[in-house]
Amino acid sequence: MPSTLRDTFEPIARGMALTLKHYVGMLVARKQNLVTVQYPEERREQFARTRWRHYLTRYENGLEKCIGCSLCAGACPARCIYVDASENTDAERYSPGERYARRYEINMLRCIFCGYCQEACPTGAIALRKDFELADHERRDFLYTKEMLLEPMPPRSGRKAPAVTSRSGPEVIAAP
Amino acid sequence: MSRRTVEIGAHDSSVAAPVLGPVGQVCQLARLDELVSWARRNSLWPLTFGLACCAIEMMASAASRFDLARFGAEVFRASPRQADVMIVAGRVSTKIGPVLRQIYDQMPNPKWVIAMGACASSGGVYNNYAIIQGVDQIVPVDVYVPGCPPSPDALIYGIIKLQEQIRTGPSGRLLDLSPTLRA
Repeated sequence: MPSTLRDTFEPIARGMALTLKHYVGMLVARKQNLVTVQYPEERREQFARTRWRHYLTRYENGLEKCIGCSLCAGACPARCIYVDASENTDAERYSPGERYARRYEINMLRCIFCGYCQEACPTGAIALRKDFELADHERRDFLYTKEMLLEPMPPRSGRKAPAVTSRSGPEVIAAP
Repeated sequence: MSRRTVEIGAHDSSVAAPVLGPVGQVCQLARLDELVSWARRNSLWPLTFGLACCAIEMMASAASRFDLARFGAEVFRASPRQADVMIVAGRVSTKIGPVLRQIYDQMPNPKWVIAMGACASSGGVYNNYAIIQGVDQIVPVDVYVPGCPPSPDALIYGIIKLQEQIRTGPSGRLLDLSPTLRA
């Protein structure tokens, strides 16, 4: 009988000792040796070419880079981008070229974050950055409109007044 | 249920902070349904419903680098009777659809669904007859997590969103067991 008790409890004690050893080791371990990322409090460094949420970028003078050409929508394998282009006028100028995107919508639930839109864009208007916290409760909240995607205006100190620009790029032809 | 008897002292119900009790010793006060909601949202047992590549990231989120156990959600259950939240990870074909619905029906109330990834949420690139265009056509979805696949921290963010919903929403109440209340 004593040997049976020993056979029962000795492996348990040995196993619990191993657990205790790892537990104490974790308590005294240095921070850089711990593998777990304490996510909501601290973030891991994302990889350099991580692709997450889209942004529509602007030039330094505040004009939108998007010219409404729909090449992103054509390149999209999930068909999740909708572009409705319209003509710029001198009174209402959004982008340097002739046209701008009047509506620009991305269905974030369809999107597979492949980055083909970024590759296809001739002006580098759309950029996939590293904001991964996109989860939400309602399906309709995932239809990202142009207002949500567009970068905020650059600070006024570094911004120049919208000048007459070339058709295809940000080069200023004539200052106002 | 009698709410009067459990509201003993003034307290901030959002944080379960120790409050001085009537006789002066430190004690914990909480309304019963808040206590239940607290217990529910911190012990979400997910159902393993890995259907495709998203399942790999779901497994990775339970591993030591991301450690879903920090949120009490590490106990992946193979039986729907023991699960609280169904993480639909992957594209749902028309063939697995009825199976998924049956397994959802077998889960005890209260229950929640996370649609993980583009395919489960909307069909993603698979806009064809074989794939159900969004798992919300067959089960009510509480949190959508976009991505292809979502990284483990994106999934954990979705789980945090779900915990927030349980904390604030009607499903946090003790007697609200009907899933129809969640519209």
